Amino acid sequence: MDYTVLILLLPFLSFILLGLLGTKLKPVVAGVAGTAVTGIVAVLCYATAWMYFSAGRDASGVFPQVIAWNSEWLPFGGNLHIDLGFMLDPISVMMLVVISTVSLMVHIYSFGYMKGERGFQRYYAFLSLFTMSMLGLVVATNIFQMYIFWELVGVSSYLLIGFYYTRKEAIAASKKAFIVTRFADLGFLVGILIYGFYTGSFSFTPDSAVMGAARTMLPLALGLMFIGGAGKSAMFPLHIWLPDAMEGPTPVSALIHAATMVVAGVYLVARMFPLFIGYAPEVLHITAYVGAFTALYAAVVACVQSDIKRVLAFSTISQIGFMIVALGVCTSADPHEGGLGYMASMFHLFTHAMFKALLFLGAGCIIHAVHSNEMSAMGGLRKYMPVTHVTFLVACLAIAGIWPLSGFFSKDEILAACFRFSPVMGGIMTFIAGLTAFYMFRLYYCIFWGKENKELHAEHTPHEAPKSMTFPLMFLAVVTLVAGFIPFGHFVSSDGRAYDIHIDSDVAALSLCIAVAGILIATWMYLREDRKVADSLATKFSGLHKAAYHRFYIDEIYQFITHRIIFACISTPIAWFDRHVVDGFMNMLATVTQKSSWGIRQMQSGYIQRYCIWFLGGALGLVVLLLVI
Amino acid sequence: MIQMEFYLVVSTIMMFVGIYGFLTRRNLLAMLISVELILNSVDINFAVFNRFLFPGELEGFFFSLFAIGISAAETAVAIAIIINIYRNMKNIQVKNLRDMKW
Repeated sequence: MDYTVLILLLPFLSFILLGLLGTKLKPVVAGVAGTAVTGIVAVLCYATAWMYFSAGRDASGVFPQVIAWNSEWLPFGGNLHIDLGFMLDPISVMMLVVISTVSLMVHIYSFGYMKGERGFQRYYAFLSLFTMSMLGLVVATNIFQMYIFWELVGVSSYLLIGFYYTRKEAIAASKKAFIVTRFADLGFLVGILIYGFYTGSFSFTPDSAVMGAARTMLPLALGLMFIGGAGKSAMFPLHIWLPDAMEGPTPVSALIHAATMVVAGVYLVARMFPLFIGYAPEVLHITAYVGAFTALYAAVVACVQSDIKRVLAFSTISQIGFMIVALGVCTSADPHEGGLGYMASMFHLFTHAMFKALLFLGAGCIIHAVHSNEMSAMGGLRKYMPVTHVTFLVACLAIAGIWPLSGFFSKDEILAACFRFSPVMGGIMTFIAGLTAFYMFRLYYCIFWGKENKELHAEHTPHEAPKSMTFPLMFLAVVTLVAGFIPFGHFVSSDGRAYDIHIDSDVAALSLCIAVAGILIATWMYLREDRKVADSLATKFSGLHKAAYHRFYIDEIYQFITHRIIFACISTPIAWFDRHVVDGFMNMLATVTQKSSWGIRQMQSGYIQRYCIWFLGGALGLVVLLLVI
Repeated sequence: MIQMEFYLVVSTIMMFVGIYGFLTRRNLLAMLISVELILNSVDINFAVFNRFLFPGELEGFFFSLFAIGISAAETAVAIAIIINIYRNMKNIQVKNLRDMKW
């Protein structure tokens, strides 16, 4: 399977080509080139997936891990070395399919959305870079390669968020995203180093022989790695960058901040799952609590936001919380015993990527039509944009968890896993699932129903998006419709053996009921034009409403801690010390050297006569000396 | 008859006048003249020592003739340099020649 290397090389070449020659090419040519490369990559990924899964299971009934290509990149002393390679196993193949599909759809969609933008070629170059690094991340053969591509993903995310580099908000958002995730990656790096030091390798599956000594340090290493994952996956309290990242172009939000990059943290935990379950189950449960809190927090905030992309961003945070919870509630590697969450998490990752990309791309169409992110500029758009309306509705139903859409199946598995862990966790997650249904349908009604903003629409009538934008919507909607019936447990499960997904009827009935209840409440509150109920609730609980609208002031707390405490109390004195003491010492050395050299230089005046006087003086001095002696 | 010491006194005076002139004049031509004075005082010494201490020998006389020839050639070269300096800098004051340092 040597050709799999092309999956990484082609987007990289495309990035180099478009990045260097971008301005020489016509925008259309650059776009077609980038899209064609991504198309080829997608085909290769599908072929890889087909060949991998059709190759069958080995004797123990699992899909074997295939190292398609590997090379030692950086050897250290002993057995420690960093490899670069291409590993195929069920979850990496699944991720290849997800990433290439969403990336291809976003490439096609961007033709319509980014048409006429300045820097069109640059945009496609960055998309290629991102695709390459994300694919490299999932196929990494060892944790260090994963880290390298992890950082590349961070960089390309930074570049794409700050794509509109003339806008102040975009620059601030890109910096915020980069710094926050980079800060979290520090934890990841330290975790990797501890892991490498104690186990003597960077491999995902170290020898169990050497694990004896490493056993005590492994929970710490895995916990630190999870901090890195929490940064990328926007777990509380490192989630603050994701809502701001919506300043980037909407297709970028769909690709990076909904479907692929933000699930990197989930993927990391899934990748380290055997170690988590074997050596640090308590750390795994901590991740579950972090995920559950994040899911709840983000769902509450999403209920009151007025910017549609912000709502989607918080819904993404909440759904990633679901995936983390599903991984965290695993108590064993056997899916029949307590490892169901692993499969559920990966399944939800797969379905969520599809319908969340669909939601973001739909939001992009709406923004394209009304030229605003605010809900107040929308309302009653269903007449103008039928395709967007239907596909958006499909995605909303899927995320709310309505049968037979894909979200129902994956969310049901997650809830079943949670209930198996503890009824409290199951209850909380079911409640959050209800909240999800509520805020998604609030969003849906506010956009497509309700009072039309007649003044705004009179001067600029909304219109359906061009074909290049509606095609990805329809494609993803079809995927969302059928993806639930994929026998996902046959491909991915915590111990690798085939697992039949069976719907737990109690949990399914409960989650379906609460989802329908959420939808009905949203319908009751937001379908009509006046929205009396919603307004009266907002005034009744104005404190809560305001706090949730301001995201519970987390950003302000960060602002306070960084500016008032860290900058003022630590950074400023250190800066003073640096400027005055460290720099002062160096300046003193320089001044002394300069002064003394100035003195010595005076002897080299260049006046021949002055030299002669010295010469004469010297000669006379010698004579006197000879006479005296 | 004039004593040898008188010649030597004259040549010593010439020598130090030359050195003084070389050190104090700021004009290249004046400095060149001073150098000539120093050379001439040496020539006088050669001739005087030959005449009084080694009569019948000729090395001292020839050496002073030799030195006169050399100093003529040296003066020609020096004048050529000075003229070139003047052409380039419109000036033959020593203090303006600091550029030559580099």
